[in-house]
Formats: sequence, structure tokens, C-alpha cells
Amino acid sequence: MAVPSDTAKGWIWLSLVVLLLFLGVWALFALTSKTFPSPAAVARESWFFLSRPFYDGGPNDKGIAILTAYSLARLCTGFLAGSVVAILLGVILGLNQTLFKALNPYIQMLKAISPIAWMPLLLYSVKDSGWAALLVVFMASLWPTLANTAFGVSNIKADYLNIANILQMKPLTKVCKVILPAAGPTIVAGLKISMGSAWVAIVPAEALLGSLGLGYFVWNEWNNLSLASVIFAILIIGVVGVLIDNLFSRLAGGLAYVD
Amino acid sequence: MWTRTEPEDQAPAAAPLFGPVGVLPQDDRGGSRRQGGTTVSKAMLEVEKISKHFTLSGQKEPFCVFRDLSLQVREKEYLSVLGHSGCGKSTLLNIIAGIDTANSGHIILNGREVQEPGLDRMVVFQNFALMPWLTVFGNVRLAVRARYPEWSKQQVADWVDKYLDMVGLSGAANKRPWELSGGMRQRAGIARAFSVKPSIMLLDEPFAQIDALTRGVIQDELVRMWEETGITIFMVTHDVDEAILLSDRIMLMSPGPQAKFMDEIEVDIPRPRKRISIIEHPRFYEIRNRIISFLSQKG
Ligand SMILES: Nc1ncnc2c1ncn2[C@@H]1O[C@H](COP(=O)(O)OP(=O)(O)O)[C@@H](O)[C@H]1O
Ligand SMILES: [Mg+2]
Repeated sequence: MAVPSDTAKGWIWLSLVVLLLFLGVWALFALTSKTFPSPAAVARESWFFLSRPFYDGGPNDKGIAILTAYSLARLCTGFLAGSVVAILLGVILGLNQTLFKALNPYIQMLKAISPIAWMPLLLYSVKDSGWAALLVVFMASLWPTLANTAFGVSNIKADYLNIANILQMKPLTKVCKVILPAAGPTIVAGLKISMGSAWVAIVPAEALLGSLGLGYFVWNEWNNLSLASVIFAILIIGVVGVLIDNLFSRLAGGLAYVD
Repeated sequence: MWTRTEPEDQAPAAAPLFGPVGVLPQDDRGGSRRQGGTTVSKAMLEVEKISKHFTLSGQKEPFCVFRDLSLQVREKEYLSVLGHSGCGKSTLLNIIAGIDTANSGHIILNGREVQEPGLDRMVVFQNFALMPWLTVFGNVRLAVRARYPEWSKQQVADWVDKYLDMVGLSGAANKRPWELSGGMRQRAGIARAFSVKPSIMLLDEPFAQIDALTRGVIQDELVRMWEETGITIFMVTHDVDEAILLSDRIMLMSPGPQAKFMDEIEVDIPRPRKRISIIEHPRFYEIRNRIISFLSQKG
């Protein structure tokens, strides 16, 4: 690479060039296909939605901010519940090597299953699409955090636990004051992956279950054959995903420590 | 809990609880044995015939670090165990601290057997063992809170400040351990240990990772705090000069496996001892030579 290293802001230009190239290819493709929306069409559509974010035209016709809020609320609820369960279980497994070894194969297997694959079973079990969508998020949030927490806790330096024991900390104090902060960076790395996979899962879950939200919006616009709106929704999903990821990077930065 | 059958206060005054200090009658160590010594006070920590072995994978015979090791630490004493690296000093110290377990034997502190770690035996670790996610202040506060759970926030903070001040760390209270030099970190470790007022402090080569110039300063500080607080110190080290400079008494440990105490030396050089002038004291080289000659023997 010939990437100039002395220009600290070189990446911004490169980034813009990539964006322009992308828009150019897209515009060309739209020109040749005639039915595919051009960037300009998507921009117009976006403006239409963005200019009335809180529009409420009945149960199936809501502004983009409301839809995003629905998705985020579902995400946060499912993610919080999943994370609490995952961290609790992870701490227990991390402190008990035998249990960890015994359950690890199953955790690895469950981790490999797309949360969407659970949907029929969940829907069958709870018989309610709202709850099923929530449970998909819950499932998606569970495994990466669980695996990371158990790994992080089982790898805590013996010194820290020794100090906790010398200080005669009660079990709960030990967990809060030593185990969780010591494993904090690993746990947050798990939370970040969980959040990512939950956000990825929420779109198809909403689409398939017809629960109000961004995923539902995508599907609805596809049924309306409005590709421009679909592309707009895709952009929103991407942007929200990046923002959430950023949030976790900050959290990770706050908890990081040098050993 | 197993308690001593013979409470210390019932022991006749004429016959001290321990005969030749730290020596079991059948334990043949050679060297001179002091009856009592000049500073006789009762044993506050007794290590009774502890043995430790590790079963190494792929080997039939367990690796025996030491067998039937005994010693006694008197109240307010500075006792050092001196031995080569790998002879089992840390293992011994960790067993006393309760963070490692012996395969047999007993640790008796103030007349009661102890098996779990506790605030009565604070450890100062060679690698400092400070919590890196906490500041220096936070590290000491964690200990103070554990020791005095009923105290108010302000009381705890004042107490922490007092001990940070004692080791000259007030200016670095809000720094994280990794921002500090080894010497500063160990000061925090020492402040943490003193702040909970343990019965005995266990020091595992506390100066080994500190540069030579800082080491002397911190050693002086430690001795000053030890004298001021009247705490008992048990230290393990491989540094001969450090042991002589700091200790009231030194136990020499043979190289492992199956390490034994080979000799025991009262360091009868008056305090305050200065690093520069101690080498001029006539006893210094006698003690030093005796230690060196023992340590260069084969176990
Ligand atoms: N967990 C362990 N497993 C096997 N051997 C060990 C373990 N811990 C210590 N040892 C062995 O015990 C001996 C004493 O170790 P240690 O107490 O750390 O020595 P020192 O502190 O005197 O340098 C060494 O030979 C070491 O290899
Ligand atoms: Mg050691």
C-alpha cells in the first residue's frame, strides 16, 4: 500500500470517493434497469419520510421515527432481559469449571443457530407474534454474552479473586466489586456482538411476524412494490445499527483497563 | 473449627510456648539455636508441620515442595524466610494466607486454627495485585470498606487518605495502577495492607520488582510504618541484604524439593538500621557470611 500515512484525514477523502463510486454505479444501474429506483428517487422518498417522522395514519401507517422507536423498544427489552440472564448464567459457569465444560458444547451449538430459526417454535409456544418477536431478540442476545461472560470470568487473574477472599467479601460483593469489573471488557465485547445479532434478527422477525417496526416497514413497502422506500428503510436500519455499535464501543472504552 | 488444646494464657510463664524458636525437636538443622532470644514475646502465628505437594501430570511421584515445615512468628516481630527462587517461599506464604491449601499441617493465628483467607492476614504481593479498574484510592477503599463495613463514606475516605498519605501517594490517589511506576504501585499495595490493620502482614518478595533506588526508600518507609503500627510482619525473599536490613529474625530455607529450614538467625543489629552504615556493623558480615554459606550448600 500506497496509502499516504502522513495525511491523518486521508481516510475521509477515500471514504467519500467510495461513496461517490457507489452512487455512480447505482445511478448507472438504475438508468439501465428503468424500474430500479435511482439515488435521486430514493433521496426524494427519504425526504418524504423524514419530513413527517411522527406521522400517525392508523395502525399500519406510521412515521419512520415511530417505527424506529417500536423496533428499538423491542430491541432494548429483549436485549436487556437476554443480557441479564446471560451475564448471570455466565458468571455461574465462569466460576464453575465443571459446569462450564459440561455446557459449553451446547452453548456453542445454540450460538451457531440463527435466532430466526427459533421463530416457528417460539410462535408455536407463545402463540403471540409480539411476544415471539421479543423472544427472538432475547434469544439473539443470549449466546454471545453468555459465552463471553463465562470465558471472561473463568479467566480472571487469580490475584484479584485472592484479594477478594482475603478481604472476606460476601459472594454478592465479590461478584459486583471484583468479578464483573474484572471480566467487564470481555462481557461488553459479548454484549456488543449480542446487540449486533439482535439488531440483525429484529428485521426479519418483524417482517415475518408483522410486528410494527422497521422490519415490518421493509416488508410492507416491498408488498407495495415501493423499492425506493425499501432502500430508505435499509439505510435507516444500517445507520441505527452503526449508532448502537458506537454506543457499545464507548462503553467498552470506559470499562477497559491495562493489566 | 479446631482450636488449640492448650490456650496460650494458660501456658506457664517459665516455659515459653515454643522452645528453640521455630524448631521441632526432631528437626535437625545444625547451626546455633537460640533459647528465646532477647525479645521474647508470645508466638502469634504458628505454622505446624505443613506439607505441600503437587501432582504433576504425566508423573507418578508427586512433587513435594516441603514436608513438615514449622515455624513461629512472635508478636510485633519482623520475620523473614530467605531462600532460593523456587524453593517454595510463595507456596508457604500463600498457605499461611489461606489462598493455597496445605496437604497436611495447621496454621494457628492467635491460638486459633485458620483455613480460610481473612482480613487478619493481609498480603503484599510481588506483582502488587492491584485492581486495574480502580484508582489507587479505589483500591485502598475497597479494602477499608471490607474491613469497616459500618463506616460512613466520609470516614472511609478519611481513613484511605491517611494511609495514602503515610506512603506518600496522596498526589497519585486518582491514578490507575498502570499509570504508576512499580514503586508507586507497591506503595499502594502497602497502604492497602496497613489500612485494614491486620494481625500479621505477609509480604511476598515485595521489593523484587522495584528498581534499586526506589527500593531503599520504600524499605525505609515500610520499617517506619511497621514500627509505628506495631504490626507483625512475615516476609519471604531471596535477597540476603534485604533480609538482614529489615528483619529481626531470618529463617533459611533449603532449595527444594522437600525444602527445610536449615538455620535461623537473630539479626541483633540495633535499629534504626541504615542501608549505608549497616555494612560497617561488625555483625553484618558475620550474619551475611553465615547465610551465604548455608545457602550455597546443596539441599
Ligand atoms: N501450581 C503448581 N503446580 C505445580 N508446581 C508448582 C505450582 N506452584 C508452585 N509449584 C512449584 O513449587 C515450587 C515452589 O514454588 P514457589 O513457592 O513459587 O517458590 P518461590 O516463591 O520460593 O520462588 C517450585 O518448584 C514450583 O515449580
Ligand atoms: Mg515466589
